[in-house]
Amino acid sequence: MQFVFIVKRFGVFLLIVWLAATLNFFLPRLSGQDPVRAKLLQQAALGGYVQGGIEEMTREYERRFGLDQPLWHQYLTYLHDVSRLDFNYSIANYPRTVNELIADAIPWTLGLLGTTTLLSFVIGTLLGALLAWPRAPRWMRWLMPPLWALHAIPFFLLGLILTYLLAFQFPLLPIFGGYSAGAVPGLNWHFTWDVFQHALLPALSIILVSAGGWALGMRGMMVTTMGEDYVLFAEAKGLKAPTVFLQYCLRNAVLPQVTALALALGQILSGAVLVEVIFGYPGIGTLLYQAIRENDHFVIQGVVFTVIVALGFATFVLDVIYPWLDPRISYQRA
Amino acid sequence: MSAALRYVRRNPSLAIGIALLTMLALFVLIGSLAVDTEDARPLSAPALRPPSADYPFGTDRQGRDLFAVMVAGTPLTLRIGFIAGFLGVGLGTMLAFIAAYYRGFVDTVVRGVADIGLTVPGLLVLIIIAVSIKGTLTVNQMAITVASLAWLYPTRTIRAQVLSLRERGYVEVARLSSMSGPGIIFFELMPNLLPYLAATLVNAVSTAILASIGLEVLGLGPIDSLTLGMTLYWVNFNAAMINGWWWWWTAPTVIILTVFLGLFFLTVGLDEIANPRLRRSA
Repeated sequence: MQFVFIVKRFGVFLLIVWLAATLNFFLPRLSGQDPVRAKLLQQAALGGYVQGGIEEMTREYERRFGLDQPLWHQYLTYLHDVSRLDFNYSIANYPRTVNELIADAIPWTLGLLGTTTLLSFVIGTLLGALLAWPRAPRWMRWLMPPLWALHAIPFFLLGLILTYLLAFQFPLLPIFGGYSAGAVPGLNWHFTWDVFQHALLPALSIILVSAGGWALGMRGMMVTTMGEDYVLFAEAKGLKAPTVFLQYCLRNAVLPQVTALALALGQILSGAVLVEVIFGYPGIGTLLYQAIRENDHFVIQGVVFTVIVALGFATFVLDVIYPWLDPRISYQRA
Repeated sequence: MSAALRYVRRNPSLAIGIALLTMLALFVLIGSLAVDTEDARPLSAPALRPPSADYPFGTDRQGRDLFAVMVAGTPLTLRIGFIAGFLGVGLGTMLAFIAAYYRGFVDTVVRGVADIGLTVPGLLVLIIIAVSIKGTLTVNQMAITVASLAWLYPTRTIRAQVLSLRERGYVEVARLSSMSGPGIIFFELMPNLLPYLAATLVNAVSTAILASIGLEVLGLGPIDSLTLGMTLYWVNFNAAMINGWWWWWTAPTVIILTVFLGLFFLTVGLDEIANPRLRRSA
């Protein structure tokens, strides 16, 4: 039964992959003409700005997606390319391929986003649980209004304000980029510290905002859970307060939070893209921003597709491990 | 009046939300009397002046009077949000009611599409759409682009509400007295969900504004319009932060903050009207 569920859920994942590829293929062609072709030809005519290789690329593009081919044939060619993760060359950075560019950017985004999402989820959930706990210190009540307000702000806006305060007015942290100009990337203490410093501001702007959201959700769940009979029973039995808090309340209230996490990943990522742009952080977001500025269609398509697939996979994994977190759910049909 | 005041004391979020948004409206109204929005064009003022008596918000690098830009841009950004929000919630409500009331195949499809669509990062799909449109977008095209995904979340949440509502006794009575399906939807179900729909709408407007600002900051917005997001795009484009031109980004940041906080508190306030059981139990 478990197996059937996983297979089904994997089917949904494949559906997402296929939809992303199809959108990528058909949306640019909806306007009647092929903007990718138009951009390529335009670049070829302009010359200069792009170093070269444009003619070859145009020829290659014509060969694969030429107008002489029927649409379904072009579509199949595209699907075939995508299934081999071949997104063609970058128009602006020829002869580098889109794949190389994405591979360079992904560790940055993964590091920043993975850490901040995990941290804000843990901090926010604990905070929310404590906010609902009657025996928590009184001063914690005062955290609610600022958390609410922070939660309503987009990541990048808080990023702007933090940059001004912590990097410009009081230059404690570096203002821009993923590491100092001139630093030699490598696995040594100096470079790691440099990267960490640069990541602090973007990370802080993501954590402060999203921790508020998790805290609010968790607080609501805690209030409901604490009203349950089994909590009353646990207290009546004379169990210690931390035991009741951790094993009776928190354990049960955290489950919907995990579901929410799976749903929120997409939103978090959309927000993080802008944070990267504001901070010039060398991840996927900045790559996308540059590609948009340079009209680099292949890179835009490649990034969007990769991100959608990666996120689809992440939600797939979260869904699959969910029964392990909540033994009440077994995905068996009643 | 005193009854209203008493209610506001019980529901301060609503009051805060309305107050913030009223402030914003007053700013635009008074501003449009005080300043000529023609000054929002490039080269109508000396470039890069910090705030002064002549230019209360300063001027940007292209010589726009930022006060005029804000007065002209705030309504534009709000317009994108409202058009997209209304379209999204309208479409979402329709789909949700049809799906949840009639169930069956339609429901499976609607629920499936909404569930899958919500896990995809919306901004990236919007980027592909915006890139695919020929030429630069106008403000209205921008709104429609954003609306193309704005229906997903309303559909999902409203559908859940209708599912529980349709099992209520009075709906059963209406069904037994041979009321038609659309009749039940419009006269029995919808009125009961109105406060909830209002909260969903405000939330959708806020999400739409966020999405539009996101597209604009990435450089996919209406390049020649003066929306708040485009101002932020120019801020980023000219590296105003590093160059110390603090006034350039302060004005749009404060206004966008006011918009989001106002809409957020309004949603919370409306939620409390829609579902009084939410009222703080702790």
